[in-house]
Amino acid sequence: MCKRVFSLFLLALSLLAGNAAFAQQEGLPGAKQAKEGFNATEVIFGHIADSHEWHLFDLNGKPVAMPLPVIIYKPGAGLEMFSSAHFEEWEKMEDGKTKRSGSYNGYHLEKNMKEKLIADDGSKIYDISITKNILSMLISVVLLLWLMMSVAKKYQAKGSLTAPSGMQNAMESVIIFMRDEVAKPNLGHKYKKYMPLILTVFFFIWINNMLGLLPGGANFTGNIAVTLCLSVVAFIVMIVNANKHFWSHLLNPPGVPLGIKFLLVPIEIISLFIKPVALTIRLFANMLAGHIVILSVISMIFIFGFLSKVAGIGFVPVSLVFAIFMFFLELLVAAIQAFIFANLTAVFIGQAIEDVHHHHENGQEYNVTNEEIVA
Amino acid sequence: MSLLNTILLQAPAVKTGLAQAGGAIGAGIAALGAGVGIGQIGKGAVESIARQPEASGDIRANMILTAAFVEGVALFGVIAGLLAIVL
Repeated sequence: MCKRVFSLFLLALSLLAGNAAFAQQEGLPGAKQAKEGFNATEVIFGHIADSHEWHLFDLNGKPVAMPLPVIIYKPGAGLEMFSSAHFEEWEKMEDGKTKRSGSYNGYHLEKNMKEKLIADDGSKIYDISITKNILSMLISVVLLLWLMMSVAKKYQAKGSLTAPSGMQNAMESVIIFMRDEVAKPNLGHKYKKYMPLILTVFFFIWINNMLGLLPGGANFTGNIAVTLCLSVVAFIVMIVNANKHFWSHLLNPPGVPLGIKFLLVPIEIISLFIKPVALTIRLFANMLAGHIVILSVISMIFIFGFLSKVAGIGFVPVSLVFAIFMFFLELLVAAIQAFIFANLTAVFIGQAIEDVHHHHENGQEYNVTNEEIVA
Repeated sequence: MSLLNTILLQAPAVKTGLAQAGGAIGAGIAALGAGVGIGQIGKGAVESIARQPEASGDIRANMILTAAFVEGVALFGVIAGLLAIVL
C-alpha cells in the first residue's frame, strides 16, 4: 500500500515537472546569445529575481502573468499608482544584456538581472510597488495569521488542560520543541519575553521557504534585502536588551593584559556586527543556491535539447531524478535554516542578557586566577 | 606552475572569462571544504552512535544542525564565486 502510494507520488511529480518544463520552452521568443537557443541565464534569473508582475507560465507562446500595482513616490510630486500591465513592448538595449520596456507616465522598467523602475528623465524616485516578493510575503503573513489564530482560538475555547485536536497537535509539538530546545537553554529564566520573537522568526522563515519551493512561487527568503531585515530585527533586539555586563565584557574584557586589550576590543566589536551579517548571508545563500540548482538542473534538459533532440529527451530522466532529489533536500533545508536562524537569534540574545552571578562573585578584578580567566 | 603562468599571461590580451573561471573554481573549492567538513561530522556522529545507540536521536539532531552550519560557510564561498562572475 505504501509502495503503491509512493510510486504514484513519484509519477505525479515527474508529470508535473514535465509540464512546467514544456511551458518554459515555449515562452522564450528568439533568445539571442552566443549560441542560438535556450537562454538559461534569462530563465534562471527570471525565476529568482523580484518582478513587477507575477509570471506563472507560458501558454501557446503567450505569458500567463498577473500584473501587480506599481506605486511610485517622487519627492516633490507625491504618490503615483498604476498597474504594471502598462509596461509592454520589451526591447533589447544597446549593451545586449539589458531589456527596456515601453514608457508609461514617464517611467519605464529596465531588466538586466534584476528589474528596476527608472524615470524617463532620470530623476530620483522611490519604488514602493507591490512586487512579486511583497505579494508573496503578504500571502504568507495571511497564512501564518490564519494558522496561528485558529489554533489560539481553540486554546481559548477549550483551555490548556484538555487534549489538543487537529492543527493544535502539530503546532503544540513544534512550539514546545522550540521552547525546550531553543528558548530555555539559551535564554534561561527570561525566555518567556522572547518566545514571540523566536517563534515568529521560525515560522515566518519556514513558511516563506516552503512557499518559494512551489512551482510559480516567489523567491522571498532568497532575497538578501529580506534576510537583512530579519537579521536587523534580531540585532536590534540584541542591542536593546544587552545589559551592562555584556557591554563591559565587550569593551573592557576582564583579566586581559592591556596590550592584548588593544587587539581584542576591535575584534569583539567586529564580531558583534558579524553576527547579523552571518545570519543574513547564511539564509540568503542557502535558499538562493537551492533554487538556482533546481532551475539549472531542469534548464539542462533544454540546453541539451537545443544541441540535439535525442540528447534532450535522453537527459530528461537524469534531470528529473536529480531535480526530485534536490526538491527533497530543499524541503529539509527550508526547515533547518528556519530552525538555525531562530536558534542563533536565541543564542545571541542569550549572550546579551546573560546574568552576572556565575562570573565574578565579588566583582574584584585584582588577583585574577587562571580559572576565572577561563570562565 | 608554467601552465598556470601561461593561462594568466594571456588573460589581458584575450578578454576571456578569467573572472568567470576564478569564480567557478572558487565555488568548487568551497564545495570541497563542505564535503570534507560534513564528512567529519558524519564520521563523529556515526562513531558516537556505535558507542551509545540509545543517544542516536540526540546525536542525529546535533549532526544535522552542525552540518547546516558547515554548509552555510561553504555557501558563503559560493556567493563570493557568484559575485566574482556578476561584478
